[in-house]
Amino acid sequence: MATSTPEIVFAGTNGGALTDMADYEAVGGFQALAKARSMAPDEVIDELNVSSLRGRGGAFFPTGRKWSFLPKPDTLDKPHYLVINADESEPGTFKDREIMLRVPFRFLEGALIAAHAIQSKHVFIYIRGEYEAEFELLVASLEKMRARDLLGEVTIVVHRGAGAYICGEETALLESLEGHRGQPRTKPPFPAIAGLYAAPTAVNNVESITTATSIIEIGGAAYAELGVENSAGTRVFSLSGNVVNGGNYELPHGYPLRDLIGVQGGGIAGGRALKAVIPGGSSTVILTADEANRVTLDFDSLVGAGTAIGSAAVIVIDDRCCMVQLAVRVSQFYQHESCGKCTPCRVGTKWLTTILQKIEDGRGRQADMDLLVSVAERINGKCLCPLGDSDAIAVMSYFDKFRDEFQAHVDEGGCPYHDSSSLDNLLAPVAQHVHEHAPVPA
Amino acid sequence: MSTIHDEIEALRAQYPDGRSAVMPALQLAQACNGGWLSEQAFRDVAEALDLTPAYCLSIASFYDMFRLEPVGEHVIEVCTNVSCGLKGAQAVVDAFERELGQRAGETTDGFTLRTVECLGGCGWATVVAVDNRHRLHVQAGDVPRLLAELRGIDWEEPDGDLDA
Repeated sequence: MATSTPEIVFAGTNGGALTDMADYEAVGGFQALAKARSMAPDEVIDELNVSSLRGRGGAFFPTGRKWSFLPKPDTLDKPHYLVINADESEPGTFKDREIMLRVPFRFLEGALIAAHAIQSKHVFIYIRGEYEAEFELLVASLEKMRARDLLGEVTIVVHRGAGAYICGEETALLESLEGHRGQPRTKPPFPAIAGLYAAPTAVNNVESITTATSIIEIGGAAYAELGVENSAGTRVFSLSGNVVNGGNYELPHGYPLRDLIGVQGGGIAGGRALKAVIPGGSSTVILTADEANRVTLDFDSLVGAGTAIGSAAVIVIDDRCCMVQLAVRVSQFYQHESCGKCTPCRVGTKWLTTILQKIEDGRGRQADMDLLVSVAERINGKCLCPLGDSDAIAVMSYFDKFRDEFQAHVDEGGCPYHDSSSLDNLLAPVAQHVHEHAPVPA
Repeated sequence: MSTIHDEIEALRAQYPDGRSAVMPALQLAQACNGGWLSEQAFRDVAEALDLTPAYCLSIASFYDMFRLEPVGEHVIEVCTNVSCGLKGAQAVVDAFERELGQRAGETTDGFTLRTVECLGGCGWATVVAVDNRHRLHVQAGDVPRLLAELRGIDWEEPDGDLDA
């Protein structure tokens, strides 16, 4: 990773990991915690407000403001909870994992700072079940902090998920943490008022919490100077797909997308041409190559281009990819992960997949193009959480921007790529139960 | 009382409400039962947490990582989401199917092979989880060596380290 840009989350790592407590302390580790604890809780929240930090999970909600929504502890007879969302599952996103692996103490220090800010004694870290090595490292790191008496009166429980994308949605996560199926709740009430066990709860992303440590260390004003207007600070961008050097890159907001791909990522692999970019995780609107070359990686620029920064997961797609196949695969994901609570999502995601597969297989008629639009409209905005919307929005953006390609499938009665697309025959988990009874290939 | 009763009690003590321990308890029960949840495993968890076996099954059936049928000695899960797909994940699936002589979704005594949704290693595609530990940058050509390793057979071909 190029280190000419400022590092906040990964500061002091020199490209490596600070998993040894002494190494972390040598770069100033745990000084922010001492500083925060010498401040009143409201002063910590003020510092976060000055920093303009906005949530790194995908919703970009101001972190300090979120904390300020919790009622003061002396006004009600319930404990406060801090729940950290480490259920990173948005396709394309793998930053929280690297943060936990490389700066576990900075992350856990941030958890204690946040707990102090919202006056909570109980922290739960909900980590996705697939992150087994990360879970073990967090538990071991916590043990070292406990031995050094850094936790004070705060308990931190690391709770493993078990494979459900929907649990990244905060109310589904809380349901799951309470021992239920991970199905979203109606909002309001919002978690700040009635979250975990119906008590006031702040739910924050791993990167937000880790950044909070650095903000207390360097001061909110210094942090706010990084980045661009409405998008302060740095961001850990997850770069994947058809680039030479996939990986996580911490860069200031406002960094040009074309440079993330061309400079940081080493360009398109195999000398192919750029076709499209998914800029903020699979739920976001796709950008054509032309659009991608014009935007910068911040809230305003991406909203201006009709998409979103989301989880800052940039998926690069070269010219070998069939957009109908991409739509099928993305829709299969949302179909698989729909929790089943809201009918438009449960039924609609399956319909989208079915129609798209029909078009891809060359069985699609002109009317199916209209049906696709109709089904998407019947999902969008009609459910408790954005999962179904994400499928509809993503797929319709491919349809709108690459309509000629969809039309060619109908006109030619098959995929114009003729088995040469990079996503040919990709076996999604939802298709597996059909597939497993087929004979083994020779 | 089951052998894991005391361990589940310890998990339960971490939470204000014992029901919150149902997932960790099921994870423990699964790990102690060869990687899947039998009827007895549900009874053990239910008894330790004052829940019903049916409730525990309703939880297990919701989450992808709980297994309701026996699994092979090794569980191989290949991510076929978009980022891995763009980097050749299907060729990796095909290689496993060919080398193992079984389709994705099937279980034999030795192996369970399946495709899974995003494992969170998109920039290091293709990601393959072998018994829940992630191998990164896996290519179809790496599959014979990986399987030889799991079968405990020496493999001569000099190659880069697959371990993450």
